[in-house]
Amino acid sequence: MADSLLKVDQVSQRFGGLLAVNAASFEVEADSITALIGPNGAGKTTLFAIIAGFQNPSEGRITFAAEEITGIEPHLLARRGLVRTFQIVQPFATLTVRDNIAVGAHLRHPDRRAALDKAEIIARQLGLGQLLDRPAENLTVSARKRLELARALAAEPRLLLLDEVMAGLNPSEVRDLLPVIRDIREGGTTILLIEHVMQAVMNLSDRVHVLAEGKIIASGRPEDVVDNEEVIEAYLGEGAARQYGTSGRPS
Amino acid sequence: MKGPLAVVTVVGLLACVPLAGASNVTLNFLIVAMLAALVGQGWNILGGYGGQYSFGHAAFFGSGAYVTAILQVRYGVNAWVGFGCGIVAGAIVGGVIGFLVFRSGLKGSYFALVTLAFAEVLRIVGSVAPITGAGVGTLIKLDLRPEALQFQSRAIFYWLILLLVFISLLIAERLEQTRFGAWLMAVRENEDSARALGVDVFAVKMGAAVLSAAVTAAAGCFYAQYFLFIDSSIAFGSRVSVEALLAAIVGGSGTVFGPLAGALAVRSLGEVAKLVAGDAPGVDLAIYGAVLVAVVAFAPRGIVGLGATLWARLRTGEAGHLAGSSSRG
Repeated sequence: MADSLLKVDQVSQRFGGLLAVNAASFEVEADSITALIGPNGAGKTTLFAIIAGFQNPSEGRITFAAEEITGIEPHLLARRGLVRTFQIVQPFATLTVRDNIAVGAHLRHPDRRAALDKAEIIARQLGLGQLLDRPAENLTVSARKRLELARALAAEPRLLLLDEVMAGLNPSEVRDLLPVIRDIREGGTTILLIEHVMQAVMNLSDRVHVLAEGKIIASGRPEDVVDNEEVIEAYLGEGAARQYGTSGRPS
Repeated sequence: MKGPLAVVTVVGLLACVPLAGASNVTLNFLIVAMLAALVGQGWNILGGYGGQYSFGHAAFFGSGAYVTAILQVRYGVNAWVGFGCGIVAGAIVGGVIGFLVFRSGLKGSYFALVTLAFAEVLRIVGSVAPITGAGVGTLIKLDLRPEALQFQSRAIFYWLILLLVFISLLIAERLEQTRFGAWLMAVRENEDSARALGVDVFAVKMGAAVLSAAVTAAAGCFYAQYFLFIDSSIAFGSRVSVEALLAAIVGGSGTVFGPLAGALAVRSLGEVAKLVAGDAPGVDLAIYGAVLVAVVAFAPRGIVGLGATLWARLRTGEAGHLAGSSSRG
C-alpha cells in the first residue's frame, strides 16, 4: 500500500445526544481518488467538515501529510494543501467567474496579475472559458459546480475534498465532468469525494469507504463494496440483501 | 476610463473649481461635501468592499476630531502633528473595536448594532469627561497660520480635503487591484468559501477595519481644523455614522467613486430640499428620505451602478436583462 496522505483516526462527533460520527477511521492514499459514500444522514458531510477544519471533533485525530491537523483552522489547512468544496455551492455571487477563481489562485500567487492569469488557465481547463466575465450569480447549476471545483483547484491543493460535486447534474453533465476530475488526479492532486451519484463513484474511485450511522461499515474497491451485504442493508433496509439475491460477502 | 488615471482626472477637475472663481458659499458647500465623501469612503472600505455594515463610524470620526483638538488645546501640540495623531488614534480605535467585534464573530445586524453601541458609549463619555470639555465642547483657538493648519483662504482648506479624498480614492482603487482587496470582497460574499480557499477571515476584517477607521478619522481631524469647534454629539453623534453609509450606499457601495458621487448627490439634495421647503421644519428631511427610498428601490447599486447599467444598455441597445443590473442585498 502506498503512503496515506490523510488518516482519519477514531473520529467521533457528538451533537448533544446525537452521535453523528462514531469512531470513524479510514485513510486516503496519495494520488488516489477515494470515495466516501453512505445513505443520507450517515454523517458524511459532518466528517468532511471535521477534516477540513470547519468543526472540531469530539474525539479522535486527523493526520495530513504525516502531521496532526486536528483542530487547525480551515484557512491554515488550505495553506498546507487541504482544500474543500461545498455541497451547496457557495460562489462569491456578485464577482465574475474570473475573480471567483482568482481568490483561490491568490493563495499561491500574491500578485494580482499572476492570480488572474492562473484563474484564466484553470477556467479553460474546466470548460468555463466562455464565462470568465460573467457574474457567478448568473451561472447555471452545472457551471456553478464547475466554478466551485475551479476555485478549489486554483488554490493548488495536495488533497481536494469534493462534497457531492455531481449532485443536481443530469447524466450527461455527470459524464462530462468525470474526465475533468480524472484529469485533476492525473495532475497530481489526491481526491476524496463524497458522492451519491453511483455512476461517478464506480467510474472514478480507486477505493470506497462506506459510512452508515456514523460508522465506517465497509472499505474496499468499488465493485466489492456494492456487493457487500451490510452496505446493501444500510441503504435499503434489513433483509434487502437476501431479498434481492445478492451473494453478500463479509467485509 | 478606469484605474488611477480616472481618479487623477476626477480629482484634477474638482481641484480646478476654486480657480474658476467659485464663491465662498460654493467652496463651503464643496468642503462639506468632500468631508462626507471622505467619511463615506472610510465606511466603504469596511462596509462596501468588506460587507461589514457599520452604524458606528462616528466612533472613528470623533476619535480623530477629539485627539486633534485636545492635543492642540490642552497639550500645545502642533496642529499638523495633532492631525497625524488623530488619524493614528482613529486607526487604534478601529483596531480595538474590530478585534472585540470580529473575535466574537458578530455579523450582519448584530455587527451594525454593536458598532452603533460603541459610538454611543464614546458619545456619552465625551459629554461628561473633563478632558473633552464635557458638555461645553472643545474650542480650538483661531490662529490663521499655515503652521497651525488654519488658512485664511477657503480654497486651501478645499484643496486639503480634496487631497485627503484623493488618497482615499487611491486606497479604494488599490483594493480592486490587490490580493488584500480580492480577499476582502471574498469575505463580503461568503466567509465560509473564503476560509476554505485559505483566506484568514479575521485578519482581513481587522485590516479593513483599521484602514477604514483611519480614513474616517482623517475626516474628523479635518472637521476639527475647519470648524475649530467640536462637542460630543458632533464628533460621536449618529449623524456622522448615517452620513457615512448614506454617501456610500447612494453613490454605490463597493465602488471607487460611489462615496464621492453619493456625497455630492446627498449634499446637493439637502440644499435643494432646503430651498424648496423654505423654513418649514422637517420638510427637507422628508424629501431626503423619499429620495433614499427611491434609490434603494430602483438603484440598489447606487448612482455608479445605475450609470454603468444605463451605459451598457445604451451601448448594446439591449433593453432586457443585464448582467450588471441585478441587485445585491
